[in-house]
Amino acid sequence: MKDYLARIWRAIRKPSTHYSLGFLTLGGFIAGVIFWGGFNTALEVTNTEEFCISCHEMENNVYEELKSTIHYTNRSGVRATCPDCHVPHKWTDKIARKMQASKEVYGKIFGSINTREKFLEKRLELAQHEWARLKANDSLECRNCHDFAYMDFTVQGKRAARFHSTFVASGERTCIDCHKGIAHNLPDMAGVEGWN
Amino acid sequence: MMLRILACAILLFSATVLSQNVATLRKQAALDQEVTTEPIANEITNDLKVSRNYPMQPPIIPHNIRDYQIDLNVNTCLACHSRRKVTNTQATMVSVTHYMDRDGNFLAAVSPRRYFCTQCHVSQTDAAPLVGNSFVDVKELMAVSKNENE
Repeated sequence: MKDYLARIWRAIRKPSTHYSLGFLTLGGFIAGVIFWGGFNTALEVTNTEEFCISCHEMENNVYEELKSTIHYTNRSGVRATCPDCHVPHKWTDKIARKMQASKEVYGKIFGSINTREKFLEKRLELAQHEWARLKANDSLECRNCHDFAYMDFTVQGKRAARFHSTFVASGERTCIDCHKGIAHNLPDMAGVEGWN
Repeated sequence: MMLRILACAILLFSATVLSQNVATLRKQAALDQEVTTEPIANEITNDLKVSRNYPMQPPIIPHNIRDYQIDLNVNTCLACHSRRKVTNTQATMVSVTHYMDRDGNFLAAVSPRRYFCTQCHVSQTDAAPLVGNSFVDVKELMAVSKNENE
């Protein structure tokens, strides 16, 4: 095994005898472009609603609940799909989230929420992960569309304007503090901070 | 037996006669006719309290309640209207009667029999009423009877 690795190392270190420098640099460049493009294309495929609901765990539980909410059906025809709220838009954050998602692949393979009952049992824990994530990034995914700087309090409802112009403006609260369960049903909230 | 058939016949007859005077969303169109329905009315969401028509009337909800979850897991109305939340939210507190069980004992939380808010409290729409309403406020009735007595 050690010999084998040493042979590979020697091969990599040795200057090329058959291929020109131009071929190797250009070829490397083109191969890099193809790899990079392919990688990002594959990444974007996993970033679609279609991909998310190709698993029945998502389609039959959370997607079904989303359908009746304002983020799915509304007057203006703007729709938030799964990745809009659950995957960061910035590349580095997105890759970090995708790496975390390997846990979800594990969950899928071992069927940790493959029945409705298992899902409901685990729902609070899963929801708390999402709330913690959104709390930590100051509700970044909400703010990708709902930019606080662009909010016109005068056309908001009285209650909404009062809370947004005080708690959110001062940074004391972030979107997810109040807007839990807006796109999916809530689990048993007994014991969740602010809900008992 | 004869009597029963007769009763049924009378019921059927009166039902057809009466149904012609009932205002419906179909505007008394025949069964085989299509009716153009009114557009769905808008919810009234102006956050203004509306006076009650009689003291025991459950107050109406002057805001949007779309997707408010009220089930075994959670009651999202209480996220603002429960006793301990109204300082922050300035919402109307749930009536004290809702913290009582049916024997009048006070509980720490909203009584299960009062848990489902929308059973009594509803939001309103701007739809025009289908039929007229001759309801008279009890105060006005009292004023009328007082005038008559004088």
